[in-house]
Amino acid sequence: MPVAPTRRNALLMAAAVGTGLFTGCSTAASGSSSPRKGGSLRAAFPGAGVKETMDPHAQRQFVDIARHKAVFDKLVELDASLRPVPRLARTWSSDASARVWTFELREARFHDGHVLDADDVLHSLARILDPKAADHLAKKSLSSVDLPNCRAVGRRSVEIRLTRPNAELPALLAMTGTAIVRAGWDDPRHPVGTGPFRFVSFTAGRSFVARRFDDHWNGAPHLDEVRVLSAESEARGAAVRSGEVHYAHEMTPTFARSVEHDSRVRVVATARSGVQGFALKTDRPPFDDPDAAMAVKLLVDRERLVDVVCAGRAEIGNDLYGKGYTYYPDGLEQRERDVAEARRLLRRTGLLGKTVSFYTSTASDSFAQAAHLFAEQAEEAGLRVKITNGPPESYFTDVLTTGTVTNHRCGAMSIPTYISERLLTESPQNATAWQRRDFDEAFAAAQAVTDDEERERRYGSVQQTLRDRGGLVLWAHPQWLNAVSRTLRGVKEAPPNTVDWARFDTVWLD
Amino acid sequence: MLRYALRRGGWTVVQLAVLSVVVFLLTDLLPGDAATVDFNEQAGLDQVAQLREQMGLDRPAAERFADWAHGLLTGDLGTSLVGGGPVSGVLARSVTATAALAAVTLLLLVPLAVVIGLVTGLRAGSRTDRVVSAVTLTLTSVPDFVLALLLVALFSLRLGWLPSTWVGADDLWWQRPELFVLPVAVLLARTVCVLSRQIRAGTLTSLNAGYTVQARRLGVPPVRLVLRHLLPNAAVPGVQELARTGDHLLGGVLVVEAVFAVPGTATALVEAVQNRDVPTVQALTLTLAAVACLLNLAADLVSRRLAPRTEVLR
Repeated sequence: MPVAPTRRNALLMAAAVGTGLFTGCSTAASGSSSPRKGGSLRAAFPGAGVKETMDPHAQRQFVDIARHKAVFDKLVELDASLRPVPRLARTWSSDASARVWTFELREARFHDGHVLDADDVLHSLARILDPKAADHLAKKSLSSVDLPNCRAVGRRSVEIRLTRPNAELPALLAMTGTAIVRAGWDDPRHPVGTGPFRFVSFTAGRSFVARRFDDHWNGAPHLDEVRVLSAESEARGAAVRSGEVHYAHEMTPTFARSVEHDSRVRVVATARSGVQGFALKTDRPPFDDPDAAMAVKLLVDRERLVDVVCAGRAEIGNDLYGKGYTYYPDGLEQRERDVAEARRLLRRTGLLGKTVSFYTSTASDSFAQAAHLFAEQAEEAGLRVKITNGPPESYFTDVLTTGTVTNHRCGAMSIPTYISERLLTESPQNATAWQRRDFDEAFAAAQAVTDDEERERRYGSVQQTLRDRGGLVLWAHPQWLNAVSRTLRGVKEAPPNTVDWARFDTVWLD
Repeated sequence: MLRYALRRGGWTVVQLAVLSVVVFLLTDLLPGDAATVDFNEQAGLDQVAQLREQMGLDRPAAERFADWAHGLLTGDLGTSLVGGGPVSGVLARSVTATAALAAVTLLLLVPLAVVIGLVTGLRAGSRTDRVVSAVTLTLTSVPDFVLALLLVALFSLRLGWLPSTWVGADDLWWQRPELFVLPVAVLLARTVCVLSRQIRAGTLTSLNAGYTVQARRLGVPPVRLVLRHLLPNAAVPGVQELARTGDHLLGGVLVVEAVFAVPGTATALVEAVQNRDVPTVQALTLTLAAVACLLNLAADLVSRRLAPRTEVLR
């Protein structure tokens, strides 16, 4: 059997080869700044082989989401600060209890000519919540939708009732797997949506082709055609450099460095596109004691982690998710390294000189590196760390039950979504095993507040509790790196899963 | 010879049956299953459990294996656990790309290796031999991915002559011969070297063998000597090596597939193992194993035909 080169090695090689061969200087990109019509865009995303799907409610990989975004629309999307912005829903409002919501729909046309109405929205919700469909991801986050009591109010208005109050419903309708499909539609082989591109063809693990839809409610796209292709890291890098694709999603800092002087490629770096950190299990010793968790928060050297693990392409984290996003508390002091205080806390909790285990894997290139760096830093404060490796393919599911210290990462989502997905007793991805009934209640109460300022204040205090007592040590908000060819214009910096991310109706080719 | 071939064929079936059990058990032993891997990072344990039930993974391993074996005997390779499509589709798509690549490589490989092997063997120690040997030995020691990346950097990125990957070639790759140039060049680099070294060694041995000396003494013309007496004997180790090479190429060459984004068998197999997609892993390994057995059988038969005194057919 041939030996697989690790992605890191191959990339390092590519970088070395690249710097050796290319010494040409970069020239400022020139060309018209006004959009040009026509052309076929090729975009490459990390592939997922046969897992790739054209069922927008079963989307999981970025490559799926990008494809579905071309064909379908959602009621709501999130902007760069993760605030809901209108899409198919023109406006929305709720009653004073945040339990009954009304969404006013836009006049949007499906690719088959049908005009969007309330029935399409109700059908979409029913399809997402189908009890038999195990792979519909939004099912969990939208579980409070009281489907039998949702109804159409006229042709272009939908009333959505919830079983428990939630002022964040619009943000939930912007999450993964929430596209609006045509009433009665249930055939992923023939996707029909309201999106800016009309479906042409799809082969799982390889490619997707869609053509411009001239009747899109937001105006026709500039491009004639978009192709969303699947390709692994090295192939994406080579393809964008040689001009075979115009857009390469998810590139590494190493790649970014290797194209610094390449006039054909531009790196689009989006700041604060998620989080990197460590998760401490708070339901078992030693980190069921908040002082022990605090000792770890004080002993990590965040700057060094950012420099080494993220190659400097990240903002320093402050143990809270969502820096720069809506509801992130203002005026927090940056938590700095304090080895003396960490050592004092370790001594008090009886951890000084003891060993904790760190469960890591190669699920992400940076995980093992971060774990080893953490071990060094912990040693300096008198805490020994024993590192064990788990299988990468199931790592994120495994860490829900395994390990004392584990790696943590998360992409961009709204702060309330992050909390409800990861930090409540019933949360599906509760990697810190943070199970506090009082915390759950405080969060649920905050979510039910319709007054924006009051809700923000309450979210602030919930987050403060997490930062002081929780098990998340969040040390970096990494940049998200995409590479685009110089001929591709109009690509905006946007965290993944937000409205301007992987958006191909507003870009054009020079 | 026919009886021998039939007996070998029978053994192959037994080997494949044992292999299917072993592969099934090994895939089952891997940590995690298709449901955990599929929902990794995106869902909670209860959703994973529901998916597992839907995939039928909550049933005992013996029952799942029996189901699969029954399907196989009735000509049904089963359904992929992820994606839900038929396994035969995955197999057909990946095997065609790899087979095309392997066929082109072998077509160029055989004449090239024979000529190089003969020339260097007949003129062992000459300047030509020393130069060619230096080049082949150097090429053999360059790892495939280094060579691949160097070729991409030079011919695709710098000169822009050839495409760097198969990304976006869709199912029309067979209409674009330029896609084959770099991958085939990388595959040839090592295989030509190894095979021509074998033939060179075989040529040298035959050249100094008693029967060659005797033939020369009897005045057999040099061309006839080489083609009729020397080459068949010299080719025996080469044929065995060729079978191994063919097997290796059809199994897919992961490095080449990864660098050039060729949607071949190695990629499909690695992906299926990562997804814990047992039916796909089973189908791919069994197909590849069957091909390997057949190739080796063919090589043994050809060797026997070339040099009947060899005792391969026991």
